Amino acid sequence: MTNRPQNEPRRSHGWMGIHRGHRARPAEWLAEKFIFLVSLSAIAMVLLIFLFVAREALPVFFGETNTALVQKPIPPEDLDKHSAAELESYLEITPDQFSKMKPAELRDLLSVKVEEQNDIPENFRNDPDAHINTTEWKYLVQPHKWDNYAKPEYIWQPVGQIKKFNIIPLVVGTLKVTLVGLLFAVPLAVGAAIYVSQLARPRVREILKPLIELLSGIPSVVVGFFALLVMATVLQSLFHYQTRLNAFVAGLALGFAVIPVIFSIAEDALTSVPRTYTQAALALGASRWQTAWQIVLPAALPGVFAAAVLGFGRAIGETMIVLMVCSASVMSWSIFDSARSITTTIAAEMAEAVSGGPHYRVLFMLGALLFAATFVSNMIGDFVIHRFKLKLEGRK
Amino acid sequence: MNTVTPGQYLPEASGDTTRMTRHFRAEKFDFWSFFFSGLTGLATLFIVGILATILLNILVNGWSAISWHFVSTIPKKDFFDASTTGVLPMIVGTSFRVIVMTIFVIPVGVITAIYLTEYASHTSLLTRIIRAAVNNLAGVPSIVFGLFGLGFFINFVGKNLDAVLHNTTAVWGQPALIWASLTLAVMTLPVVIVATEESLKAIPPGLREASLALGATKLETILKIVLPQALPGIMTGGILAVSRAAGEVAPILFTGVAYYMASLPNHLSDQFMDLGYHVFVLSTQSPNIEQTRPILYATVLVLLLLTFALNIVAILIRARVRKKLRALG
Repeated sequence: MTNRPQNEPRRSHGWMGIHRGHRARPAEWLAEKFIFLVSLSAIAMVLLIFLFVAREALPVFFGETNTALVQKPIPPEDLDKHSAAELESYLEITPDQFSKMKPAELRDLLSVKVEEQNDIPENFRNDPDAHINTTEWKYLVQPHKWDNYAKPEYIWQPVGQIKKFNIIPLVVGTLKVTLVGLLFAVPLAVGAAIYVSQLARPRVREILKPLIELLSGIPSVVVGFFALLVMATVLQSLFHYQTRLNAFVAGLALGFAVIPVIFSIAEDALTSVPRTYTQAALALGASRWQTAWQIVLPAALPGVFAAAVLGFGRAIGETMIVLMVCSASVMSWSIFDSARSITTTIAAEMAEAVSGGPHYRVLFMLGALLFAATFVSNMIGDFVIHRFKLKLEGRK
Repeated sequence: MNTVTPGQYLPEASGDTTRMTRHFRAEKFDFWSFFFSGLTGLATLFIVGILATILLNILVNGWSAISWHFVSTIPKKDFFDASTTGVLPMIVGTSFRVIVMTIFVIPVGVITAIYLTEYASHTSLLTRIIRAAVNNLAGVPSIVFGLFGLGFFINFVGKNLDAVLHNTTAVWGQPALIWASLTLAVMTLPVVIVATEESLKAIPPGLREASLALGATKLETILKIVLPQALPGIMTGGILAVSRAAGEVAPILFTGVAYYMASLPNHLSDQFMDLGYHVFVLSTQSPNIEQTRPILYATVLVLLLLTFALNIVAILIRARVRKKLRALG
């Protein structure tokens, strides 16, 4: 029960959250409903992205793709003995295509398939790798001892007769490049944010802030180009490592792209610490640095943390820089080896993947993973910032 | 008559504190203060240095290689040859896709911002969900937008459109300019929403109240009083979206860009060549990188001029809007 007096008109946000305060004319009523519907488009887009990336990846999640070269043939006479799902997977057709086909057509397809199986050369038939479905989760995430290899290994190799789709090298590559980028970008960006928001004179700050934000206006393909042509050479002559294009160069270039993101969020958080905090500290005789380090930074810490989290989300999603600077997928934790990130893999291989094939599905599955990872990091970042601002406003 | 809910401004420390206290500061020299202040100052300087290095490097190397002939020529199949190459189709393609994108993203973004600032309650669950969705959209990796464009626009909308129109060959169900533009429109939606919201919040509530008090309806107030005032901010949003989209390559990789096309795109279902993608091709697939270097630099310079010039304009307008906002808060 509310304790509002009975005669006071109810002041509420009406249906669809529209808050007007007077009766609308019919045309306006329509226009406002239209405004409301359009404003839902952002929600619709997030849902659609999730739906349609997941839709293309679903067969992998449910184990409906099959890459095994040698399969137990299904004779055309046995058409009725198998379920629809089994047949779809076996014939590599979509449920949509399956439902349109007549039994006679399916029998024809089955007999073609039997002939195909008979044509497989003998040496393949004896290869144990030709009998396994490499898109099973077991082969996607666990090391496997492939034929001709001495020990179980993580391999991403989507070309050739037996396609290997182990995603661990890509995850490691992504983390490697991202960590180098963050280790480089976070201290620099937070340091600059402290300087610009707390220590610099107002006039200097008015110049520095837009200047650093300008860095985000450089397209990532240009940063990648700069890293490839200039940085890679300079860094190699400085550090004398073997591979010219490696995770180290890519990480540093990635750092350039993330610095403005982390800087502007951290600067925003530091600036929104109430003026009274600073004034009290300075009045007690603290120096400007002591105030910045011991009073303002701890107060703004959640915001700075959120900046780093959002920077992480931006870094794992960055495509062009890593694509241009390094590409080979090797399983190694060394930052001076090449690395291939998830984004790079999708960008480089989607063009050659057959639409609807296992490779295509696995790439979409990687995209869905990436989407989930950035979704979670964005959620954490936004939640922390939201709490932080409420706290500063004294509402919690 | 209800008052319009003002935007929630956060308390902001202004620069005045530092200037005021410098007078009172203890005269004693503190080494650690000096050291750490210097360190943060160096970090700032380093970032500005990186920016300057990149820009100067491109400007110096690109300026000598750029020419009118280069900007106005349609290249032959072998575009690595420095003497006959040009970037006209890339400039046209990039501009074309960005213009089509603007037509879609500006109305949707502005209307969403109007709903969020003028109509929605700040505390309702729905508003919070919309805001969370906008923030999330801003953080989705650009390559995922590319996958979305392929999975939704091409494989779903395009293929079904072909089926409905009874096209025997794929017209819409393949990479095309319209799909690249729409993908970019989805990507830049948050940019337009946030910039428009910022400028709507900067308009004094008094203006709205005066209009409502004179008997204008809410919608009339928005259309005739609020929107004209917010126009610079909306323009900033548009410019930022355009400059962001013009430089993006990942979302268009699977949705419309072509490695080579002999003619300019002249239909929404055509593929197109693109400046950013061309930079990528020139720098990674060139048979002889030393020979391609001048045209590569020239292409990068053209791309930067296109995106960066727009960015600076947007930052200047935004600085003015922010000053206005601060003066009111």
